[in-house]
Amino acid sequence: MFKDLIKLDRLPTSWCPGCGLGQIMIQLAMVMDGLGLNHTNSTVISGVGCTGRLAGYMNVDGIYTLHGRTLPVAEAVKLVSPDLKVIVVSGDGDLASIGGNHLLHAARRNPDLTVLCNNNNVYGLTGGQAGPTTPRNTKTVSTPAGATYDPVNLQNLMKAGARYFYAKTTVYHQLHLRNCIKEAIAWPGFAFVDITCHCIENNGRRLGFNSAYEMLQHFRRTYKRAPDGAETLGPDEIGIVRQG
Amino acid sequence: MGKVLMAGNDAMAEAAICAGCRSYFGYPITPQNELLEYMSAHMPKAGGVFIQAESEVAAINMCYGASAAGARTMTSSSSPGISLKTEGISYIAGADLPCVIINVVRGGPGLGNIAPAQGDYFQATKGGGHGDYRMIVLAPATIPESIELVMLAFELADRYRVPVMVLADGMLGQMMEPVVLPEHIDPATLPVKPWAITGAKGRKPNLITSFFLDPVELSEINVKRQARYQKIEEREVRYEEHETADATVVVAAFGSVARIARTAVRMARNEGIKLGLLRPITLWPFPYAPLRALSQRVDVILTVEMNAGQMVEDVRLAVAERAKTPFYGELGGLVPSPRDILREVKRYAS
Ligand SMILES: Cc1ncc(C[n+]2csc(CCOP(=O)(O)OP(=O)(O)O)c2C)c(N)n1
Ligand code: SF4
Repeated sequence: MFKDLIKLDRLPTSWCPGCGLGQIMIQLAMVMDGLGLNHTNSTVISGVGCTGRLAGYMNVDGIYTLHGRTLPVAEAVKLVSPDLKVIVVSGDGDLASIGGNHLLHAARRNPDLTVLCNNNNVYGLTGGQAGPTTPRNTKTVSTPAGATYDPVNLQNLMKAGARYFYAKTTVYHQLHLRNCIKEAIAWPGFAFVDITCHCIENNGRRLGFNSAYEMLQHFRRTYKRAPDGAETLGPDEIGIVRQG
Repeated sequence: MGKVLMAGNDAMAEAAICAGCRSYFGYPITPQNELLEYMSAHMPKAGGVFIQAESEVAAINMCYGASAAGARTMTSSSSPGISLKTEGISYIAGADLPCVIINVVRGGPGLGNIAPAQGDYFQATKGGGHGDYRMIVLAPATIPESIELVMLAFELADRYRVPVMVLADGMLGQMMEPVVLPEHIDPATLPVKPWAITGAKGRKPNLITSFFLDPVELSEINVKRQARYQKIEEREVRYEEHETADATVVVAAFGSVARIARTAVRMARNEGIKLGLLRPITLWPFPYAPLRALSQRVDVILTVEMNAGQMVEDVRLAVAERAKTPFYGELGGLVPSPRDILREVKRYAS
């Protein structure tokens, strides 16, 4: 049962009602369950942030790392214990801003890690400040006049290397999300799953969404599946690009 | 095994392998580079893992991961790189993880220079990183002792689940001496770590963390850790006294300076000056009690360091007003000679 992979006695989680992180956790648990991954053979490692709490809710050996340092920690675990399936779940701020240098180099070294990036466009935990993925001109608590810079292009970053696995999906597209996680786990190298997710409380409401449901509907309307075999995903496309 | 001639950096790297360390993560910085280079060649041969990380930050966090996974692990650097590692060291201490860190200290602050110095004493012994944590700090004075203390560092780190730093300096890292290498410890024979991330077969899942939102819980964990620190203070103080039995003046010095001071003691004795030496080997826990005892029978305890006066604060804490506690320091990577030390001693020897 996938529920065995979640510490039910730790529920309710600290996440806001309606937050997409619960979906990410459930989909991860379902995929792990389906693949026979559990407490005996897997570890979930997370950084710091709302997403960072995830490792503590999973019923497997886990590590809370330092903010931004999730990847070096996970890479060393994998090196020392190659038989363990190592799954990283962390925020876009954690992975792409403070941990950006580690992201470049972990991708380059290509260890067998599955990385789920909760991409909610902001620093959720600290109150919704702009982050590396915030679209230009977006108003946040730290960009009152609108975000000044263009966001990082995670796809391009990941595709910079000779070998890569980059999946883009959303929490609305649950089957797609589940499939991306499954494929990422099966990938024998560094697999990055960029999951567009809604932070309703510290981002969505300020953008004019009244509920998590409205944000999910927005994802439904915005994102389309990329054509099979696409080598590059368009800005509003979900899919997987990879090169072994 | 017979004697071999080895440079300090190589010897410390080999000592780690002897201690059963099979994971090393580093980043180049002079005067520590040879340690990383030695590991790059010898760690894989020993069946271990080596990564030249993208930064010192990455390297210490790789140690966090390797240690969490139950492995003996080490990183090394020199002063500026250690500053970058301090965040990770605080978390390693906060998550009760064993880890060995070697600092081949160079001149500072800032980029400073690559000459030997002792300006990182405060950083090593008084924190560096944030929060209420301690790190055992071992200060070798010779290369054979560097080997011994690296071996000890792994043992203490595992025994108390704390980070342990070996505080060397550029001179100890670069200089060569004949050494006898110790027997290799087979990592498979080391005690199992039931708290580690190994796959939760037949036990509840473990969570490695330093994060406890509930103040009561964090307080309890901190109190427990402090109790462990107290045990370390009671059991692990190490120091050396040399010619102190009849001394009227004693030099307090650690590391390379203590070695130089030994020569000054011999020169002083030849001139009829009753000079002794007290050399802390553990900088934390600091040998307060032996210094206090010494201060009851000598007139002067002269602290000599390659910094502007850091360990002297601990010496004064131990001695209080029982003896004079002057200080002599060389800065910027300058190394005091035995003659320099003797000259200072003569200002106080009656
Ligand atoms: C060194 C350090 N700097 C800052 C923080 C404060 N902090 C905690 S979480 C976070 C950002 C979280 O954003 P993200 O990684 O996107 O995760 P989310 O909360 O959105 O899931 C920050 C800045 C910290 N814990 N450590
Ligand atoms: S602040 Fe945002 S990301 Fe964090 S739990 Fe709430 S909705 Fe989720």
